[in-house]
Amino acid sequence: MLALFLRDIRLSIRAGGGALIGVIFFLAVIATIPFGVGPDLNLLSRIGPAILWIAALLACLLGLDRLFQADREDGSLDLLVLSNDRHMLALTVLTKCLAHWTGSVLPLVVAAPLLGLFMNMEPLGIGATALTLLIGTPAITFIGAAGAAVAVALPRGGLLISVLVLPLTIPVLIFGVSASYGAVAEPAPFLQPFLILAALTLFLAVLGPLAAALALRHGTD
Amino acid sequence: MRLIAENLGGERGGETVFSGIGFKLEKGEALIVTGPNGAGKSTFLRVIAGLLPAAEGRVTVEGGGEDLPSVASASHYLGHLNAMKTALSVEENLDFWRAFQGEPGLGVEEALETVGLGGLGHLPFGYLSTGQRRRASIAKLLVSRRPVWLLDEPTAGLDKTSEERFAGLMRGHRQEGGIIVAATHLPLGLQGAKGLVLGMTG
Repeated sequence: MLALFLRDIRLSIRAGGGALIGVIFFLAVIATIPFGVGPDLNLLSRIGPAILWIAALLACLLGLDRLFQADREDGSLDLLVLSNDRHMLALTVLTKCLAHWTGSVLPLVVAAPLLGLFMNMEPLGIGATALTLLIGTPAITFIGAAGAAVAVALPRGGLLISVLVLPLTIPVLIFGVSASYGAVAEPAPFLQPFLILAALTLFLAVLGPLAAALALRHGTD
Repeated sequence: MRLIAENLGGERGGETVFSGIGFKLEKGEALIVTGPNGAGKSTFLRVIAGLLPAAEGRVTVEGGGEDLPSVASASHYLGHLNAMKTALSVEENLDFWRAFQGEPGLGVEEALETVGLGGLGHLPFGYLSTGQRRRASIAKLLVSRRPVWLLDEPTAGLDKTSEERFAGLMRGHRQEGGIIVAATHLPLGLQGAKGLVLGMTG
């Protein structure tokens, strides 16, 4: 399993891995917002957490279609599925999700504080948003894995995955943003939405890989 | 260790490709599956491996003990795709499969030597020619141990020397009590192998 994790991390940073695509997209979206919204600093800092979250969510969805498709195209997926008796397929999927998250989504979380400055957010708000992104984005990857597994056989499944997955990520978005607001805006609470966010991540860490494994098992042809 | 298929049938897209196939392979035995293009050779191998559900009948291994409960766990499946990442070096690819598949056999360096790719392990897999890729993929069979080899056109793209070398590898595998099921339309140099001809009519 560690070998699989390391292989996927290595692939994501090698040429064509696409680890940077998400960050660049994230940067592009956030950098565009002030031009569209206008130079109203108060407004920017008020919508800052929400914009960061939405941009991160979209950037997360960007690389998901390659999660299983690359393995399918070169035949690795067959061998991963066949190893089911040694490494339960759901755990294999979980490992791939974690590697994908570390390789492609963690850079977004790291970049978020810097981009928070673009949105004129205060330090506490930036910290809270980065923390909620750190806790919440794995959930998006786990749901995304299920979508990616369903669409693995489709040559241009990227958009389909986004459409399939986006409605399911709405709770994550809602609690992520409300926790971020809770940290700065009294009297809104921080801890309660944050804990629900953590619970969502844990819940989906089980459900997502199981659903993805099921889809992959039936998707081999 | 025995590989047994009973009354096996497979279908593709709702159409029966083959049906009523049975065989029993003991230790050291091999089965060569031949037939024209589209006869269902690949489907046959994928059904045996468990990648496709059997339309009827079943395939089982006997005598594998607790470690090898199913055909999938007892088998190496070498499909027509190589299952190697072009962005990683040959060594990294093989290291990964060796660690992931478990039950390590030959070392990576040694396996590459065996297939005649010694000294090329540091190259990215994408730089290799078709035949070299196939050989690297064959090296994957050697880095972890499996009693059953399911081979789909294993020698496609190989030159004469490599074909003979691969025939030697298969001989060695059978002598150690391994079982081979190979789909091919090229002679593989397997002596005393059982034959199975898949026709368009099943």
